[in-house]
Amino acid sequence: MSHDDVLNPKEMPHEPEKATHEGQNKFLGFWFFLGGETVLFASLFGTYLALNESNAQDPTRSEMFGLELVFIMTMLLLTSSLTSVYAMYHMKNNDFKKMQTWLAITVFLGLGFLGFEIYEFTHYIHEYEFTFQSSAMGSAFYTLVGFHGGHVLFGLLWITSLMLRNAKRGLNLYNAPKFYVASLYWHFIDVVWVFIFTVVYLMGKVG
Amino acid sequence: MANNTNSANKPVDFKKKHSKEEMKQQVITFALMIMFTLVAFGLVLAEVTSFFVIPILIILAIVQVLFQLYYFMHMKNKGHSMVSVMMFGGISIGILTIITFTTIIWW
Repeated sequence: MSHDDVLNPKEMPHEPEKATHEGQNKFLGFWFFLGGETVLFASLFGTYLALNESNAQDPTRSEMFGLELVFIMTMLLLTSSLTSVYAMYHMKNNDFKKMQTWLAITVFLGLGFLGFEIYEFTHYIHEYEFTFQSSAMGSAFYTLVGFHGGHVLFGLLWITSLMLRNAKRGLNLYNAPKFYVASLYWHFIDVVWVFIFTVVYLMGKVG
Repeated sequence: MANNTNSANKPVDFKKKHSKEEMKQQVITFALMIMFTLVAFGLVLAEVTSFFVIPILIILAIVQVLFQLYYFMHMKNKGHSMVSVMMFGGISIGILTIITFTTIIWW
């Protein structure tokens, strides 16, 4: 049996992402990375919580933040989390086309989220002159939320390049772990966003 | 290996049924997460006193994240014990970090 035959079995195993040794390593290594990401975001959250009243001449949080936009962004990201679950469901059923479709929907929703976030930042900068440099709270806010936005951008580029790279190749045991790990990353982005909308926006509005 | 090839389609059907069942649970999870989000936003819009609201908001967020981790990211499935060690390790260091930052460093 050649290497290619091993990666393209006649019948796909139930969990193609963990069928090869390499896949298992990717799976474990990626969760290790997510554990580290948790610490990274926790330190940014801690910084924001400590500095969120140090707004210098900037308006306070409850004056500035609007909930409508945040609500739409939350719904977009939450739905994109479900669509990537659908993508993985079709991966397990070895239906490559449907998986690609659901991933494309996920990317589309993520792009919408990113667009709203960029609009929000420019709105704060022009309307309130609330920038990265204007106060300690500004630095903490843009670092935390911007870092999350950076993760969204990275996730979008990652999923898109996986889709393009494997478009003609189809699903096999070599790329199944890659798709699976990318979907885990996308869920993790949503996990972080749940805390951002709670801690930054909702608690900021309550005061 | 030999067992799988002998027993015709049965294992495949079973697995398909299993992932269908799982998909159903995930859709229910999604509905619950949407509900929690609506409750959280609703509480803030209703302007309940912050003394009550903040703990409730944090609990809602934690429950939602646990749903995401256990159902969407499959941590409830077998073979995730090492994953739990790493995630809960990260979470406990994260909590310590937040407590330190908010109580000691910049107080």
